[in-house]
Amino acid sequence: MERGVAKTWRSANARYNLTGVQCTNCKTAYFPPRMVCAKCGRDTKMVEKKFSGRGVIYSYTRIFVPPHDFTEEAPYTVAIIRLEEGPLVEGHLVDGKKPEIGASVRAVFRRMYTEGSEGLIHYHFKFEIV
Amino acid sequence: MREVAVIGVGLTKFGDRWEAGIKDLAAEAGLAALEDAKIISSEIEALYGGIMSSGRFTDQEHFAALLADQIGLKHISAVRVENACASGGSAFRLGYMAVASGMHDIVVVGGVEKMTDVTVNEATTALGGAGDQEWELSQGITFPGLYALMARRHMHDYGTTQEQLASVAVKNHGNALANKYAQFHRKITIDDVMKSKMIADPLKLLDCSSICDGAAAVVLAPMEIAKKYTDTPIKVAGSAQVGDTLRLASRDSLTGIAATRIAADKALAQAGVERKDIDLAEVHDCFTIAEVMGVEDLGFYNKGEAAKAIAEGETMIDGKLPVNTSGGLKGCGHPVGATGVKQVVEVVEQLRGDAGARQVNGAEIGLTHNVGGSGATVVVHVFRRAD
Repeated sequence: MERGVAKTWRSANARYNLTGVQCTNCKTAYFPPRMVCAKCGRDTKMVEKKFSGRGVIYSYTRIFVPPHDFTEEAPYTVAIIRLEEGPLVEGHLVDGKKPEIGASVRAVFRRMYTEGSEGLIHYHFKFEIV
Repeated sequence: MREVAVIGVGLTKFGDRWEAGIKDLAAEAGLAALEDAKIISSEIEALYGGIMSSGRFTDQEHFAALLADQIGLKHISAVRVENACASGGSAFRLGYMAVASGMHDIVVVGGVEKMTDVTVNEATTALGGAGDQEWELSQGITFPGLYALMARRHMHDYGTTQEQLASVAVKNHGNALANKYAQFHRKITIDDVMKSKMIADPLKLLDCSSICDGAAAVVLAPMEIAKKYTDTPIKVAGSAQVGDTLRLASRDSLTGIAATRIAADKALAQAGVERKDIDLAEVHDCFTIAEVMGVEDLGFYNKGEAAKAIAEGETMIDGKLPVNTSGGLKGCGHPVGATGVKQVVEVVEQLRGDAGARQVNGAEIGLTHNVGGSGATVVVHVFRRAD
């Protein structure tokens, strides 16, 4: 579906740089960014937190029937990664080594998909098994 | 709070209903429920309709008002309820609350989805909206993909096998053989499931519930007047709805749905019954792994022990705890908004003793479990005979 560019632009810092937030009180780190700490509630401040991109595979799947925007990309592998700073984050695994729960990964910056032949090219962090 | 009873139920045939539009489906189930309750339209005060995405699937929004008119209800309060795959269960709970509170006496609850007017990719996109669009669907993580991520971790942590998951599909397709409203009337084998097309590894086509059309409806009344309409009113004994994060990766565990556990505790406490008292359960098997996690999280099995028990037949109709006697979402099909209401219809028919070849002998207490998204909304109801 064609959408305005703003929808992608407003989350570009998180999508391009794997940037989330951290609670200044309990130090819990979150990805994606959120306004309120899930543990401390609203009586605390959240500050920007850039993640290292290092983590391990918590779970993974290979998707063969994609949503509309990913028709040209399928099949592709997505995983949930346990980042070394704590949170779980979902992302694509780039093709290469066979995925396994517990395998170490690092974040890389890649093209995600293109909206039709003339639409926006979406970029995103993905993960690579190291 | 007043006691509330189900006094009428209605269903459409589920499946590829190419001849029927969304209005036709909803009216078919609604009129069947009114007929079953032997009620006249002017007695009905309110309607709650569970529909996930009529806009995305059929371009029609504002559906509750349309449905009220379709079944001849004039100038009533009609509300559409959307909680993804738990839309039907959520609508039922609101109808229950409206009667229990004394705000309304006779209330109709419907659920419908017309999914086959769009392509599979378009339907997959619409269903993906049940998760966190911004971080899951935007990265191409489909709804089967989310449950596949849960399945993979469950297999890793508890040794659950793909064959055990397949046994859920085999059982539910078997139960559906005796349900004339079910989409599928074909016996399948473990081998059929294992050889079906891969959707999101390790979930294959026959691990997934279908994209299809269908509707369900029930009529609710205060218990004190329910006997006026039926000899077998079925009491809504417990009702609970519990939420969680929409995004799967924001939760502590991927091998279970915490909201199910909490909702079951609440609904059973209200009903004053224990798990061992439950004679049958309709459990949300949108994927085979979902039924495994469902019966664990509902507290019928310890974590990691359900898959083996299901494979050994403990949840068959003549087993220790019959699960999804209707055929479940797997065998009946899963027209999203209809499912939560269809579960109620099945339990009511079982408790009335009207389930024919699917009948669980001596059933007196039943439970429904309806899940939205990957577990961000869970609705649990407990029903019991009241005659």
